[in-house]
Amino acid sequence: MASITLKDLVKTYGDVEVLHHVDGAIEDGEFIVIVGPSGCGKSTLLRMVAGLETVTSGEIRIGEKVVNQLEPADRDIAMVFQNYALYPHMSVRENMAYGLKIRKIGKAEIERRVQEAADILEIGPYLDRKPRQLSGGQRQRVAMGRAIVRNPQVFLFDEPLSNLDAKLRVQMRLEIRKLQQRLGVTSIYVTHDQVEAMTLGDRLMVLNGGYVEQFGTPIELYDRPATLFVAGFIGSPSMNFLPATAGGGALILGNGASLQGAGHASGSVTLGIRPEHLLPDENGPIRVSVQLFEQLGANTLVHGVLEGTETDVVASLPGHVSADPGTIMGFTAPAKDLHVFDPATGRRVEE
Amino acid sequence: MLKRVHFPTSLLPYLLVAPQVIITLVFFVWPASQAVYQSFLIEDAFGISTEFVWFENFIYLATDEQYLDSFGRTIFFSVCVAVLSMSAALILAGFADRIVRGATTYRTLLIWPYAVAPVLAGALWVFMFNPTLGIFPYLLEFVGVDWNHYLNGSQAMMLVIFAAAWKQIAYNFLFYLAAMQSIPRSLIEAAAIDGAGPLRRFRDHIFPLVSPTTFFLLVINAVYAFFDTFGIIHAVTQGGPANATTILVYKVFNDGFVGLDLGGSAAQSVILMILVIAMTVVQFRYVERKVEY
Ligand SMILES: Nc1ncnc2c1ncn2[C@@H]1O[C@H](COP(=O)(O)OP(=O)(O)OP(=O)(O)O)[C@@H](O)[C@H]1O
Ligand SMILES: [Mg+2]
Repeated sequence: MASITLKDLVKTYGDVEVLHHVDGAIEDGEFIVIVGPSGCGKSTLLRMVAGLETVTSGEIRIGEKVVNQLEPADRDIAMVFQNYALYPHMSVRENMAYGLKIRKIGKAEIERRVQEAADILEIGPYLDRKPRQLSGGQRQRVAMGRAIVRNPQVFLFDEPLSNLDAKLRVQMRLEIRKLQQRLGVTSIYVTHDQVEAMTLGDRLMVLNGGYVEQFGTPIELYDRPATLFVAGFIGSPSMNFLPATAGGGALILGNGASLQGAGHASGSVTLGIRPEHLLPDENGPIRVSVQLFEQLGANTLVHGVLEGTETDVVASLPGHVSADPGTIMGFTAPAKDLHVFDPATGRRVEE
Repeated sequence: MLKRVHFPTSLLPYLLVAPQVIITLVFFVWPASQAVYQSFLIEDAFGISTEFVWFENFIYLATDEQYLDSFGRTIFFSVCVAVLSMSAALILAGFADRIVRGATTYRTLLIWPYAVAPVLAGALWVFMFNPTLGIFPYLLEFVGVDWNHYLNGSQAMMLVIFAAAWKQIAYNFLFYLAAMQSIPRSLIEAAAIDGAGPLRRFRDHIFPLVSPTTFFLLVINAVYAFFDTFGIIHAVTQGGPANATTILVYKVFNDGFVGLDLGGSAAQSVILMILVIAMTVVQFRYVERKVEY
């Protein structure tokens, strides 16, 4: 087990800088999820930790040791790839035993560890099959098995579930979480699925365009997003953004409505309110001209625009709601659920 | 089930395939059938009369010491050429697969020998190994080797093997490189994380994963060594010294056009023809079907 420290990490390909001064401290046994849109540099960051990409500048430490120059084999890590990367010409057993065999571990010990991992992952019956004789979910387990038999200090996952169907993905997600808690191995998990990120991670590192937008627990990210990007990325359906003018603790919306809870902000700001925090209120200040309803069963999504403006607003209401298009509905939002951002920098305005 | 598609019948499709069919008939089927016919004839020494003798030419070959020697020699030659050029190509492809910068240049240069005509390739090696003028005999002298492939049969054999193998490396290289590049990168990376060094990765993963290519090339190289090396032998040793490099194709030419034993030579070429057909069948049967890892 080990902690991982990223210090001022930069990665460039030719002239293009794809990771910009990434910092982060990962504690021993933590499950960290790196999340962000496609092309933001998640895989690159993970592969740098694995030793599959060189470090342009900065420092990666596993435990106390700086590993920048170490070969992947010497970093004591295991990685699960998106396409599983099983050895097609070897049986499941040989796939799992391969890393141990190279490390010259005794036959009996290898057999014991493979059996143990196979029991945990319930792949015992397939040990003598070739990877191509397995289903996607079974291959995924074998890839996990290959990682855990090695007993490494760190697990790295690069979108390991993205090739599975939705139902299996939810099931495997839980299993990975349980397995990690049971083994207590420090893990870094890359995904672009924010639900996966929220449910798996002890902490989330949100990357965007090679910058770390925020690094914190799922609840922190949800309750106090540090930037407009994080606010929009975390949560589904995503946060409403309304242009507003702040002053004297009040927020004036585009249509002149006024809300309390601007904190110290002043001047023009972007107000963020999550759909689920909009509460129906006949006399509420946020008046929405309804366009359509999405019935999800447990709740209803109300789509509309802020009355008298072009700003889209989505509200999520419990139960079944319906009204004619064009109806005006009133909403309020508690001051604690208002997020105020500086539109110029995209950063949160601290209360 | 295949769907039947109906086209209006017309001459056009026949016209379009006609050139290929005519070429095949004139340059392949007709000479081949002539050879088969010839192989049943014996001509007297002055070429005045011919006699139809059925399989006598073949029976004679089966007991002819020289022919059987040549057969063994050809197999030795083919195995050496195939093993040498394939292993060289495999190693070069292994390196080419790893390098990133300058890969195109490296590849292009490696493909050049393939474009060299066999006779020219032979001439090149003759110059390099000329006992009095060549650079290699000069260098070999320093390590105490007296090189003269005009007198020494083993040296002559070595020389034609090198020349033939060298020319085939480029071809093998292309196939090996393509095979290696179709191995998913992540698989090799997984092996690296598992602790396998470059050599170990090559042995445990790359080599087994390119085995279908190896099998395919084995057949191709055998066919090449059996049939396409005439030009090289002709340019380098002319089958000598003392028949030391007379492989089967060269013997066909030698017996037929130099020795003027047309019937015997035709019988030899019929045997070669059967061999190439057999090898092609093997190739189609086993290579088309994917080799099981
Ligand atoms: N070998 C390379 N050469 C040049 N640019 C590269 C290379 N590999 C990645 N990049 C660039 O680096 C950026 C980050 O790529 P990366 O693979 O880390 O994205 P990602 O966040 O994993 O995306 P995805 O979710 O689609 O997998 C991309 O803009 C990509 O174009
Ligand atoms: Mg990626």
